[in-house]
Amino acid sequence: MSPANRIGKWLKAASEALTVPVLATALGLLVGTLFILLAGKNPLEAYAAFAQAVAGEPRMFGETLVSSIPLVFTGLAVMLAFRCGLFNIGVEGQYLLAQVFAAWAGFALVLPGWLHPVVAMLAGMVAGALWASIVGLLKAYRGVHEVISSIMLNYTGLYLSHYLLLYYLRDPGGAFGAATPAIRPTAALTQGLIAGSRLHTGLWVALLAAFLVWVFLWKTPAGYEVRAVGLAPGAAEYGGISVAKNIVLAMALSGALTGLAGAVQTLGLNGKFYEPGGFVGYGFDGIAVALVGRNHPVGVVLAALLFGALERGGPIMQAVAGVPRAVIWVVQGTVIFFVAVEGLWRFLQRRRAAQEVKAA
Amino acid sequence: MTVLISFLVTILASTLRSATPLLLASLGGVFSERSGVVNIALEGIMLTGAWAGVYFSYVTGSALAGVLGAIILGMTISAIHAVASIHYHANQVVSGVAINLLAAGFTEFMMTRVWSNVGQSPAVHKVGDFLGINMFVYVAVALAFISHFALWRTRWGLRLRAVGEHPLAADTMGISVYKMRYQGVLLSGFFAGLAGASLSIGLVSLFTNGMTAGRGFIALAAMIFGKWSPLGAMTACLLFGAADAIGVAFQILGLHIPNQFLQMAPYVVTLLALAGVIGRSTPPVADGVPYDKSH
Repeated sequence: MSPANRIGKWLKAASEALTVPVLATALGLLVGTLFILLAGKNPLEAYAAFAQAVAGEPRMFGETLVSSIPLVFTGLAVMLAFRCGLFNIGVEGQYLLAQVFAAWAGFALVLPGWLHPVVAMLAGMVAGALWASIVGLLKAYRGVHEVISSIMLNYTGLYLSHYLLLYYLRDPGGAFGAATPAIRPTAALTQGLIAGSRLHTGLWVALLAAFLVWVFLWKTPAGYEVRAVGLAPGAAEYGGISVAKNIVLAMALSGALTGLAGAVQTLGLNGKFYEPGGFVGYGFDGIAVALVGRNHPVGVVLAALLFGALERGGPIMQAVAGVPRAVIWVVQGTVIFFVAVEGLWRFLQRRRAAQEVKAA
Repeated sequence: MTVLISFLVTILASTLRSATPLLLASLGGVFSERSGVVNIALEGIMLTGAWAGVYFSYVTGSALAGVLGAIILGMTISAIHAVASIHYHANQVVSGVAINLLAAGFTEFMMTRVWSNVGQSPAVHKVGDFLGINMFVYVAVALAFISHFALWRTRWGLRLRAVGEHPLAADTMGISVYKMRYQGVLLSGFFAGLAGASLSIGLVSLFTNGMTAGRGFIALAAMIFGKWSPLGAMTACLLFGAADAIGVAFQILGLHIPNQFLQMAPYVVTLLALAGVIGRSTPPVADGVPYDKSH
């Protein structure tokens, strides 16, 4: 194939991949504008405040990246499971348990500074992977649909994390609310990648994770097996690939990525595990990030940036322009909804094609 | 002795109270999933119903209007889910996630618009009691029996279950798969909306942001634990409600059992049921699979 052809083909693929996410995002913003008008505010002012909050100054952009980092991980987690034909809606529970264990490794262990964050991240990954493996095992060997078991394990994980915190890990000297002791300085990820922001080295971990997920899925035999099971489990099994083994593997890896999200958030930002009032929402956002990112690591990173910006800009837009932060959820929900309704786009395309045929 | 009896009565009453919103929502889940459409939007529909119940009760001064408003809004939202899942073959779980997010956004937005505060509505008229028990309790139990009868003793119920088990066969027999599924999903909106109202203008008499707090998902668990049947769901809801009530009772008695374990209980027993440890739960065969008429 000639280089020009190759570029042309690549561009066509890219534009096809981008159509649905861009249209969905545009519709999301349209609905968001409607709600801003309903709130009696000027959309232009609101969006100006939003843009200023998200990227008005380098340090503000740094904060936007801070909001995007966990979404890269959870987006990758959901994406990897999707590629194996699995829906990991259990990220929320895996995330909380991973935070518990990462925080524990952060304050309880005494290790040198180069090793401590790595060990704490591994602790989070193992916790996330184990919790997610339950889903994989139930699916592979008992035929339990992963969405149902994930939802059940989300709440079980929420209360288990409460229990572990309140009965074993709570800092008795803590002032307000229950929390673990602060992690040791050796375990913390360095902040201040952009001066004046809390942007931490978790950013590099996130980008590395995205790269490694790409390598795993598209450049290794094991990744090929995972994708083969996702595309056609029957054919994969016939070709000698164990569907059960790959389901468990994909869920464990997905959980490990989620665990990394929790660990990096604890080590880079929170510094301890606080009693969760409920789910943090990174798991549900991760589903959106994976879908908007078309289940590809590059897309996931870009989509995480978009959703990170929404998360960062929302509360500031509320403070500055008086637009309720709930508008942001409506925008997010609308984007997810229209990405979900793929059939709608296919239907519109078919109709357009039919009209073109008629016109010709 | 009298102390013990009054204690048991308290637990029983408290069980019924917490079970009612769960039961209504899980009945909704049964209708949707029996027709073949997964509905994890129950949580969001319930939340919107809870808000609508308070809003319409506030505006009209009538709790009954609140109930109607909750039902209408619940059905409207489920219609969105229905169109996406049935007509446009959307991923039903993703559509549900989107609706849950939209519901959280919509209700909080409306809270700031209507009462210009984030968090809590003023107190409104609620649905009253009969013989010391809230009317919603009677309604929910009656609806559970009616649902059971409708699903297993009527031609309509057979058709609804048929499109959830084997849509192609049902289609061949002249049953409209789309029509039956629309009815199933709209009914789930009816029930989940009502469930929300039973929470906001039955259990209490105001709306707080995010007040469903996962009850939609517990209802989903109850539906599964009850093997996708109305009376099974009712048993499960009573069990889950009892776990809730016993937890509160233990706290009052000063017994030292971590509350978290009781909170986990509904989910853990559902997982065990799914895994086949305590009676196997299997969903309708075509649950979650879009049906393409053109094939």
